[in-house]
Amino acid sequence: MAHYHDQPTIGEMLERHGVSRRTFIKYCTAMASALALPPLAGRAMAEQLRAALRPSVIYLSFQECTGCLESLIRSFSPSIENLIFDVISLDYDDTLMAAAGAQAEMARDKAMKDNYGKYVLVIDGSVPTGANGAYCALGGKSAVDILREAAKGAAAIVCVGTCSSFGGVPFADPNPTQAWPVSDIVSDKPIVNVSGCPPIPEVITGTLLQFISTGKVPDLDEYRRPKVFFGNTIHDRCYRRPFYDQGKFAKSFDDEGARNGWCLFELGCKGPTTYNACATTKWNGGTSFPIESGHPCLGCSEPNFWDKGSFYSALSAPRWGKAGEVSPGDVLKVVGGAAAVGAALGVASAGLSRLRQRHIEKSTTNNEAKES
Amino acid sequence: MDLVSFARGPALEVALAVFCLGVVWRIVGFALLRIRRNFNEPRNSLVKAIIGGVIATGSRSWPHSEFTVRTGAGEALGYGYHIGLFIVILAFAPHIAFFGSLFGVTWPALPNSVITIFSVLTFTLLLAVLFRRVTHRVLRMLSNFDDYFSWFITTLVIVTGLMATAHIGGPYQTILGLHILSFDALLVWFPFGKLMHAFYIFPSRAINGTLLSRKGAAS
Ligand code: SF4
Repeated sequence: MAHYHDQPTIGEMLERHGVSRRTFIKYCTAMASALALPPLAGRAMAEQLRAALRPSVIYLSFQECTGCLESLIRSFSPSIENLIFDVISLDYDDTLMAAAGAQAEMARDKAMKDNYGKYVLVIDGSVPTGANGAYCALGGKSAVDILREAAKGAAAIVCVGTCSSFGGVPFADPNPTQAWPVSDIVSDKPIVNVSGCPPIPEVITGTLLQFISTGKVPDLDEYRRPKVFFGNTIHDRCYRRPFYDQGKFAKSFDDEGARNGWCLFELGCKGPTTYNACATTKWNGGTSFPIESGHPCLGCSEPNFWDKGSFYSALSAPRWGKAGEVSPGDVLKVVGGAAAVGAALGVASAGLSRLRQRHIEKSTTNNEAKES
Repeated sequence: MDLVSFARGPALEVALAVFCLGVVWRIVGFALLRIRRNFNEPRNSLVKAIIGGVIATGSRSWPHSEFTVRTGAGEALGYGYHIGLFIVILAFAPHIAFFGSLFGVTWPALPNSVITIFSVLTFTLLLAVLFRRVTHRVLRMLSNFDDYFSWFITTLVIVTGLMATAHIGGPYQTILGLHILSFDALLVWFPFGKLMHAFYIFPSRAINGTLLSRKGAAS
């Protein structure tokens, strides 16, 4: 766990803001249950957090749309105010901080120097490397250089959003800016990917809290996502699943099936192959999630989700070509072309076989004539 | 490109092309073969012979009463897994979505539980068929690589499909990718192995029946 000598502990900060120990334990218990930890873990988490010094967090935004930060600032539990005033010391975030220009850059450099080896680096957005990194530059420095420099002194890196985790939209074919995910540029630091376009706010804050309270990188899946939030597919936990199992599917956005809340598989739902917590944690303080609003899952927390064909074609549907949605016309082209070649081969092989037959017949007749 | 995208993308495109090329090649090659001229006096007129061929197509699809006891069980197994395969292929919603995007037509699906029951039954029958093939002396001697590979590739598609729906054996998308990939492999193998019987079985019965009926044989 990090130590910052001239800073108050989280417990001291909470007291200063009038948050009682009891309230904080309640809050941590709620967080522990969101993290699928046993109830007693909430108390332990609260005690650990109270004794801990607020870790320095440096939030860098690169090639992104700010949707991830928009999502983060809508976190209900913990709220962003709780998080940045009580639990972390957000030392740099060019969108949220009051300072700008050289002042902001100075704040970042100071935080990196003071907390060298201890700060949590949060990255939002992919990192363009084309044209020597000129596609994304801050204060005259390219994103790729800033990332390399900031990563050196980080205790861990948390990639917020699909762009920093897997490249996201900028990484999509043809990737004009040569954008890369953070893990392709930094290889010597623990990296946690909190993917999603954007990620669920409570998943971002929950991951940060878990790291801060335990000082350890959580259990990760093969894509370095915290298993606690990304351990199940949307389909595993989807409330429309019984309809999938019964074979009841909406065929369009306005048919009887859609009105009855049937499964959206045929409308392109990528829930069966998408790992995320949307169906359980949900959005907007647990109000709903896209499927609940009648829209199929786009699979936004998976790598390359942008290049996996139409959002609206079923997962089992064939896909080839650029647009990724195969029409009966495309099929006819493939089938017709292959059938024409097949027919030509058929005619040729039948012709060959007839020639061979004639040859055999001729030589049999000749032999018979010779014998007689 | 991930496995599912590869399996339902370029791999499927190539497999479909090979399937069509191979099937048309073999059908055209077969249809244009020269039929030896028969100089014998026909016992039946051409029309009667053709009717005999049509009747033979149906009657040879059912065990002859004389052999029911000996061949009935084998035929029942064969019918069983073929019907199972048809139901699983044509009545499972994701498969219908697949055909729908290929051909533009869809039809109602059966509930997944019913499909799962049919899949398990079909798989069991396929195992029984293999057991019969390796334990039956004559069948074993008649079998070659083609028989075993055609069985293997069909069973692989069923097994991976069952694994994908039951969420066992690995992440869903990997198993789904393997399922589609095994189907792609089946499409490629289809025209060049014994699976081609799907296209040959009825025409060959009809032609044999017609030729035999011309000679006066009972259909
Ligand atoms: S709506 Fe999507 S996630 Fe939900 S059951 Fe249907 S396919 Fe699965």
